[in-house]
Amino acid sequence: MSRSQQRLLGLAVSVAVVAVLIVWFGWIFPTNYKSADTRLVAQAFYIGVAAMGLNILTGYNGQVSIGHGAFFGVGAYTTALLMDHEYTFLGITYGHVSFLGTLLPCAIVTFVIGALVGFPALRVKGLYLALVTLGLAVIFPDLATRFVKGTGGTSLVALTPTELAAPSWFADHFPSLSAQDQWAYTMCFALAIVGLVGVWVIARSRFGRSLIAVRDHEAAASSVGIDLARTKVLAFALSAMYAGIAGSLSVLVLFNASADKVETFQNSIEFLVALVIGGTATVIGPIIGGFAVVYIDKWTKDAFPSKPVLSPAIFGIALIVLMYVLPDGVVGGSRRLFAWSRRTLQTRRARPAAPATPATPASTR
Amino acid sequence: MALFFTQLLTGIQNGAVYASLAIALVLIFRTTGILNFAQGEMALFSTYLLWKFTDSGLTVWLAIIITMAISFVGGALIERVVIRPVEQSSALVIVIVTIGLFLAINSLAQVIYGSGQRAVPTFYPHHIWRPGGVIISSDTLVLVGVLAIECLLLFLLLQRTKLGLAFRGVSGNAESSRLLGVPVGRILMVGWGLSAAVGALAGAMAIPTTAGLVPSSMQQILVFAFAAAAIGGFDSVVGAVVGGIIVGVADALTIGYVNALHGIDLVVPFGLILLVLLFRPAGLFGSTHVERV
Repeated sequence: MSRSQQRLLGLAVSVAVVAVLIVWFGWIFPTNYKSADTRLVAQAFYIGVAAMGLNILTGYNGQVSIGHGAFFGVGAYTTALLMDHEYTFLGITYGHVSFLGTLLPCAIVTFVIGALVGFPALRVKGLYLALVTLGLAVIFPDLATRFVKGTGGTSLVALTPTELAAPSWFADHFPSLSAQDQWAYTMCFALAIVGLVGVWVIARSRFGRSLIAVRDHEAAASSVGIDLARTKVLAFALSAMYAGIAGSLSVLVLFNASADKVETFQNSIEFLVALVIGGTATVIGPIIGGFAVVYIDKWTKDAFPSKPVLSPAIFGIALIVLMYVLPDGVVGGSRRLFAWSRRTLQTRRARPAAPATPATPASTR
Repeated sequence: MALFFTQLLTGIQNGAVYASLAIALVLIFRTTGILNFAQGEMALFSTYLLWKFTDSGLTVWLAIIITMAISFVGGALIERVVIRPVEQSSALVIVIVTIGLFLAINSLAQVIYGSGQRAVPTFYPHHIWRPGGVIISSDTLVLVGVLAIECLLLFLLLQRTKLGLAFRGVSGNAESSRLLGVPVGRILMVGWGLSAAVGALAGAMAIPTTAGLVPSSMQQILVFAFAAAAIGGFDSVVGAVVGGIIVGVADALTIGYVNALHGIDLVVPFGLILLVLLFRPAGLFGSTHVERV
């Protein structure tokens, strides 16, 4: 087979795989599985979306954030409040919006907040920046508790079944996807695809390249004409927007928006874990990480149903072991495996063996 | 004015605890170069040990010393067994490993010691003085005193002993130290061990002044310790102490005076972090690195 034939075959195989995955996750899975399963996978998708956002910031741009739980929470609140409440602003009454109608406001709000948080990042770097973002995750629940007037006077905004249900146009077009859990799942799936394509485009764009250049060497990047400030702030804003949309999606799956202190911090950590397990600075890694986080959590909970306090221990140990085995994430690990198998095949075919080339797993980052 | 001084003292007392845990963070940062998320939970586990010892009738100060010794060994073992295999990986990977440790240690503490509230006794009598309306608690005096002794001992250890010289060498440049014959691996273990022992002391000092020991006891303290270390600079013990006191006092004064920030007083320490870092990106006492192109 010539090289061009090989490439064509590779392209055909990847198109086929993507088509099968879309049909499976978009249609076969939600119509054939129980609501408990679709909810779990929906969760994996929105954690994946949040991790994609973190990937833009941490993976491609090298700025670590442990505060994305706050952006996630802002997104969740924006959606929940717009769906549940009514606001009069400048004489115009606005509220009881459909879920899809909340996405744009949510994206705008989190984008702007993200940009604002990005400004300190122009001066503060690395660990110190991570601590500033941690502050965000710590303060957000307090702010929400103080200022959000949710259900029954608490900061929790619970939505009614009618608000959460699939809109009629959707139910009319796709009657076999019209149950609430299927609607929630479909939204998570669809937006995960949109997010995935978004990251793919960003990673290949001029902006994506400048993100990587700034991560790898700031001074060198600025000397070739990259606007450091613009790049970093935009990375923060986009990243926050992804996390915010993930928060919106979570409302459909969890039925409410809440600002629990522990939960906000845990979310921040969970996104980081998903990103690193999946593979930083890879397009597909975060979504794989989302699945990994959700399912490892489920399995550890199922392993000792009588001892729920033990499950975080198993989760923690699983995390450590994963980092030993796959320090470059699932995607990095499979790349290494692929490169290794190709090398061994080649050397077997062409003896005496040429000197083995060292593995370069991160070369395409 | 009495309220002011009372709040100031409360702030200093809390600050001493934050400073103590922040020192533990700094010791690990200087050796391994990472932020140890499990620091609070390591201290939590140590404090459970302390509770177990005192509960079985041991004298409190003796129990504290034994706990610190065990914590030293435990910390060194964690470095050797858990951290060493990923030492060469990226910082993000090591951070995830410490998050795994965080989850595992917290959950193990609950499995072993239960999730109920445990009372940890103090080694000194509790007393309150009220000169002119200002409330002075013996807790404050002892906590500040212990912090001062701790700093003095650490100073002597780091600046006046051969071990301390090796420690500073490794934190400055591990590769060169290795070439000069410093057993880097063992020094890293010592760093983690010291850090665990200092953390244990922080737990032993902090918990008796609260309602009791619960599995989430150290989490808020850890967040404040992060703040303290960030303000002071992650590679400076002095910075950790100053940062801890600043954070503690700022928080206490906000609670005492600023009604508008009721319920959101955490805005103050983190606003302070932001402010300090904007002017000094490596903290008040941290060292900055100059990069070559």
